[in-house]
Amino acid sequence: MRRLLPHPLLSLTLALLWLLLVNQLSAGHVVLGGLLGWLIPFATSAFWLEPVRIRHPLTLLHYLGILILDIVHGSFHVAYLILRGPARLRPVFVEVPLALETPLAISLLANTISLTPGTVSALLSGDRRTLIVHALDTDDGDALVRKIKQRYEAPLKKIFEEGNDRC
Amino acid sequence: MTEILLSLLILAGAMFTFIGSLGLARLRDFYTRLHGPTKATTLGLGCLLIASAVYFSVHEAGISLHEVLVSLFLFITAPVSAHLLAKAALHLKLKSLVPTPAPDNDSPAPERNRAD
Repeated sequence: MRRLLPHPLLSLTLALLWLLLVNQLSAGHVVLGGLLGWLIPFATSAFWLEPVRIRHPLTLLHYLGILILDIVHGSFHVAYLILRGPARLRPVFVEVPLALETPLAISLLANTISLTPGTVSALLSGDRRTLIVHALDTDDGDALVRKIKQRYEAPLKKIFEEGNDRC
Repeated sequence: MTEILLSLLILAGAMFTFIGSLGLARLRDFYTRLHGPTKATTLGLGCLLIASAVYFSVHEAGISLHEVLVSLFLFITAPVSAHLLAKAALHLKLKSLVPTPAPDNDSPAPERNRAD
């Protein structure tokens, strides 16, 4: 089973993407999508070192909900900051120590940080232990780090890494 | 009714895209400039895409879902490119308003598997 279908989640996602791409739901396209979803993971297996497992689908949904709200909120916030003028910005670099270990979770966290209010992830240290984040306007870098860890990192850890026995 | 909704969405989209570009032009250093295009513009494009989806769902047969894909790819790629730009800027030691952290460039970072 594992040999025949190495990444079931990826296959499913690819098949759904194909159906969205052709924008019609016919039997032929379902088969074609399924076929692509089955073949592409083999062609790209070098990029997927370990299968992705989602442990808490509900937490993932909740996380996506928070993310969308934060993107909207963050856009308004940044728009306001830009209109208020650059002179009163207090940009700062902060270092976020990472508790995440899998590459997928780390890249999702970095993406999340870049999409949410006033922060862009700038650099991942060579040992993947710290993420350097640039904040557009903050007066308390430590509070920002705590917020990132609580709001985004904790759920990602729960979704992708809970129960992982490797270290 | 649909027309009002569409105009509002398109106006909001145009406004946010404009503010994002304004940020790119007005802010003072490279790192703060990155923020405009990654966030304000993302929401602006989101509004325009919703408007497009509503328009084509109403005026043509069937529901138009291409916009979902566009926004999905946008949300995946925008932060990645912002991250790479920031990383390159740190590497080149571009002028910044605040002290930049010292990138540990002595040992090249191991190849990361960007899973998206």
